Amino acid sequence: MSEETTTIRPFSAAAFNQYIAEHKLMGTRCTKCSKTYAPPRAICPNCHSEKMEWVETSGKGKLAGFTVIYSGPTFMSEQGFDRKNPYISGIVELEEGTNISARITGIDPLKPSEIKIGTPLNVDFIEFGEGEAKKTYLAFKA
Amino acid sequence: MPKSKSLARGVAIVGAGMSKFGAFSEKNSRDLFVEAFKEMTKSVDKGLDPSVIESLYVGNFSSDQFEHQAHTAPLLADAVGLTPIPATRVEGACASGGLALRQGVMAIASGMYDVVLVGGAERMTGLNTAGVTDALATAADVPFEIPAGFTFPGFYAAMASAYMHRYRMTPEHLMNVAIKNHDNASLNPNAQFGVTIQKWMEGRVAAAIKKGKPAPTWSTIWDFLHDEAGNPTVAWPLRLFDCSPVTDGAAAVLLVAEERMHEFTDHPIHIIGSGQASGSALHDRPELTTIPAAKIAATNAYEMAGVTAKDIRIAEVHDCFTIAEVIATEDLGFFAPGEGFKAAEDGVTARNGAKPINTSGGLKAKGHPVGASGVAQAVEVFKQMRGQAGERQVAGDVNLALTHNVGATGSTCAVHVYERRN
Repeated sequence: MSEETTTIRPFSAAAFNQYIAEHKLMGTRCTKCSKTYAPPRAICPNCHSEKMEWVETSGKGKLAGFTVIYSGPTFMSEQGFDRKNPYISGIVELEEGTNISARITGIDPLKPSEIKIGTPLNVDFIEFGEGEAKKTYLAFKA
Repeated sequence: MPKSKSLARGVAIVGAGMSKFGAFSEKNSRDLFVEAFKEMTKSVDKGLDPSVIESLYVGNFSSDQFEHQAHTAPLLADAVGLTPIPATRVEGACASGGLALRQGVMAIASGMYDVVLVGGAERMTGLNTAGVTDALATAADVPFEIPAGFTFPGFYAAMASAYMHRYRMTPEHLMNVAIKNHDNASLNPNAQFGVTIQKWMEGRVAAAIKKGKPAPTWSTIWDFLHDEAGNPTVAWPLRLFDCSPVTDGAAAVLLVAEERMHEFTDHPIHIIGSGQASGSALHDRPELTTIPAAKIAATNAYEMAGVTAKDIRIAEVHDCFTIAEVIATEDLGFFAPGEGFKAAEDGVTARNGAKPINTSGGLKAKGHPVGASGVAQAVEVFKQMRGQAGERQVAGDVNLALTHNVGATGSTCAVHVYERRN
């Protein structure tokens, strides 16, 4: 795990997304019980401590569950996904022992029965749009 | 886990009714609630003078998004002539109805009121499919789940993928749940899809012939269910027939303090257990094959009722997707983990099985107007327990029943236990 930590940014979704835009998957670690959370939490649900710090995760994990989506939300349709071009959404168990939802890439969505739970994955970032409208999405690549 | 306390005084259902469920372009949620209220009123054996009703709790997920109408509760109270009684909207995504029921139970148990109307209403078909998908997605953990591209079928599909891996279930096993629930709905005149899958398939073939198109060559419902043309994949491994539909509908039940129930009926149904729990986003749970909030809500409801899973004769469970029914029947303790999917295949959960599940047709085939579903579950058990379920009536003495209502992927769950004593 990277030692890079900062207490400057608040433990919020906005700060998490700002890190994602910088291609960093950050979590928060409880300074009392050492549990790490990504998505971040401002209060530790394990020991109820409010003393958290940002930590960069290893970006390594494995696939805990997934689906191939043929009919997605509007923002995914806008990115060109439809019945003929489905995509994979999944839940990834990070090395740090915390789970997160992400797009899954590097696996053929048209062969779902060949996709294995437990597949090792590495963090990746998907960018869509340009200029002010550019958005960065969390992904994991097989 | 917080312990379950007993109700300070007893609560009984003395009336229950629902609107027809379906897609109604000319009706709003208010119109549907009026229908449900009238059906409820008709069901009160000794008649109901509406002026005795003291409070309304109504489950509604998002009339704001679906109908561009917020502040629903007073409008519904007004539509059935009940203003100025207090009217409170209760929101817990697809568990809104179950939570409204629990609010009603607590309001009576506390001694605050003797006669409470509990309703649920949702009119969803005013939006197109993409609009409904986006509206339902707001029940998720929006900043942390939605950017991954998840939809509600997608979440439950991810649970199914983990379940298939862990317990060697196949997508075919899930189809048994859909077949059973359509069989039940075919006997429910209020169901949105009151046809068996066999009849549905035959209808598709007949429609193709009528239009002069080549007739599909499905010889059995299994051919139909395996064909992308008949049963397209929505979110692998879930297909169209694994998913509950988009529905307009409403339901209503009348709760009264036990000490006054004989003013209304000699055949009340007692609510003897109520449990509710919350949980995190799907990704934050240690396992994807179970819903912790459902287990806790069930444990609390059983404890309050003084019964066990074994004692329950029938249950209406939250089958928003086929996999959800499988997981529900395990979380409720009816079957061991990994055994639930075999129950539909073996006929255990059929109407004439040892543990009938979703005799109404469930959310899957009766329809799922999200805020109304939890109340409609109570309507079904009320009818079954009083022997008034018509052609789909379960044989024998249905003296104990349960309802299980889930919000989102299980971040909310409400469980109620019902008893008939005479």
